[in-house]
Amino acid sequence: MHIIENGNVAAALGVKLCRANVIAAYPITPQTPLTERLSEYVESGEMKAEYIPVESEHSALAVCIAASSAGARTFTATSANGLLYMHEQVQWASGARLPIVMCVVNRAVGAPWNVWNDQQDSISQRDTGWIQIYCSDHQQIIDTVIKAYWLAEKVSIPIMVCYDGYILSHTYMPFDLPDQEKVDAFLPPFKPEYALNPDQPANLNTVTLPDVRTDIHGELAHGYMEIRYLLQEDLRTTITAAAEAEKRFADIFGRVSDPHIEPYRCDDADFVAVGMGSLTYQLRVCVDALRNEGFRVGVMGVRYYRPFPDEAIAQAMKGKQGIIVFEKALSYGYEGALASDLKSALYEHLAGTGSLPAVQNFIAGIGGREIRTEDLTNTFRAALQSRISKEPLWIGLKL
Amino acid sequence: MQVKTNILNLPTQEFVHPGTRACTGCGLAIAYRVGLKALGKDTILIVPPSCLTVLQGLFPVASTKLPCLNVTFASTAAAATGILATLKTQGNDHTTVAAWAGDGGTSDIGLQALSGAAERGDNFIYFCYDNEGYMNTGVQRSGTTPIGAVTANTPFKGKQQQKKDVTAIMAAHKLSYVAACSAAYPLDLYDKIKNCLHLPGTKYFHIHIPCPPGWGYDPRYGIKIGRLAVESGYYDLYEIINGEFRLTAASEKLVEKRKLIPVREYFRAQSRFKILTDEQIADIQKQIDEKWAGYYRKNE
Repeated sequence: MHIIENGNVAAALGVKLCRANVIAAYPITPQTPLTERLSEYVESGEMKAEYIPVESEHSALAVCIAASSAGARTFTATSANGLLYMHEQVQWASGARLPIVMCVVNRAVGAPWNVWNDQQDSISQRDTGWIQIYCSDHQQIIDTVIKAYWLAEKVSIPIMVCYDGYILSHTYMPFDLPDQEKVDAFLPPFKPEYALNPDQPANLNTVTLPDVRTDIHGELAHGYMEIRYLLQEDLRTTITAAAEAEKRFADIFGRVSDPHIEPYRCDDADFVAVGMGSLTYQLRVCVDALRNEGFRVGVMGVRYYRPFPDEAIAQAMKGKQGIIVFEKALSYGYEGALASDLKSALYEHLAGTGSLPAVQNFIAGIGGREIRTEDLTNTFRAALQSRISKEPLWIGLKL
Repeated sequence: MQVKTNILNLPTQEFVHPGTRACTGCGLAIAYRVGLKALGKDTILIVPPSCLTVLQGLFPVASTKLPCLNVTFASTAAAATGILATLKTQGNDHTTVAAWAGDGGTSDIGLQALSGAAERGDNFIYFCYDNEGYMNTGVQRSGTTPIGAVTANTPFKGKQQQKKDVTAIMAAHKLSYVAACSAAYPLDLYDKIKNCLHLPGTKYFHIHIPCPPGWGYDPRYGIKIGRLAVESGYYDLYEIINGEFRLTAASEKLVEKRKLIPVREYFRAQSRFKILTDEQIADIQKQIDEKWAGYYRKNE
């Protein structure tokens, strides 16, 4: 059934369809309407779940961590400083291997205060051991939430579903609302390997030593390093598991998409723009304009950012003359994190092949600065002539 | 009718294995052992980083026989909320959820989450075991360190501020049950837990925990020092049931006896109070006498 709703409602509908058991949330713009909507579903009885209005984001994720440890399917959502306030818990959730799904409605972080969109919040959580998926429209938001639960529970790793504040969260678009029966067929009830239970007592997340140690039966148990290594190893395997999720999803819902990247007119392109989120769909307009001018250009959206699908990205960029990375965040003191990751993937897979594309990094839309499509096209066109600068360049800076 | 447990009818079933990693003479080891007996087998525990994290053992060995979730320092009470919410969705209305946090984890970094859970009225028992400092990190001052105590970060002058009255803060949340207990009176703790299990919402326990390395006394004197704190009228055992305050156990008896041991004896038994002058002790004694004059009046 096609409906017209905003991005936050698309996310809320996804969570309802997934029959989350425990939802905890603290208000922060532009996420608030998402969890407000969930509180309506729960209070009206439309959704059978516990909704906990906590006193902080730190506690929101604490509730999800504990509820997930006890066997519940959990959900929370946040933005900007709320996500930063959670940071300790973000690390804890992945270390404890809990399949929590959290929407990050992307917003600039303070200081100074700013409530508008960029992606500095979720990018700053890149190294926390979560899977990060970026959405470009409302259909992707609702579908990604549903796929995220399946994937998170399969690999026991939490997932951030990221989408741009206002640009997606507060705008209305038509999208297909999946049928409950199909979602139930896609996503079985959550059955963890172990859940807190007085009949089978276990002490979870205990102090773990640098080295391995034997248990009371004389069997060797992991040290801290083994536990952390397995998180990394399992994260890397989710690149394949995400493809499996897509296939299952396509079989049931009939919507086919690439789990990792979203190329547009890239096949014969000499230059490719790369970005994440709604910006990549805006770049499609630029690509069409530049194609009309005779430039062979394309755009590739990176949907799956962590773990980084380095091989898929490098293969898609093979033979290109240049790559222009547009980012709404930055690793302060160097360049955009996506640009660095991309260069690393190119070096790994294309070094020595004689086909190592030049990479130019642009920073755009920081703190919600308007990104005009015309400016974006002009910037794109200028970057086609030659690599302009080793340093990232800021689009629309008024200094 | 209140249950009165004695050492003969205290259940023999243990939930804490012998040979924990607690320090010799640790007051927490006593309170935890007896506390878990009262909570019983059908319990899920939550523990933030604290001495108890150490007591409970190092992976993969655990010294308790109850399921336990170790959580981050500031999130103890919120974690209780999360477990309760899950039990509710599972239709489980019998399992007790109990959080055990230290005084730093309660009065300082964990207060926001605790206040939030109490305000929501989440049905669990929160134990603050108060050894009056950050003992696990090497004896630094906390919100509940008493005035005059020398700690690792109040090294020469001792703490200059009053002890934070967390029990009163929690009572101000209008909880169904608030109790002040001591490791030196484990049966009082046991009975209080038993008496509040059926009460709705958040229940708060504050337990005074003598700490040999943190307080500076020979480990064998832990119970004696815990009792001195109570018998001098310095730390009171009480409970507040639905707003009704009453002294319990030894504190209750002190009202009848009307004879307090001079608090000087309590202070002089511990090296952490070595910088307290006779004048300062006299001043504290005056405050204690005034507090107890109030108790005596109420009893008349």
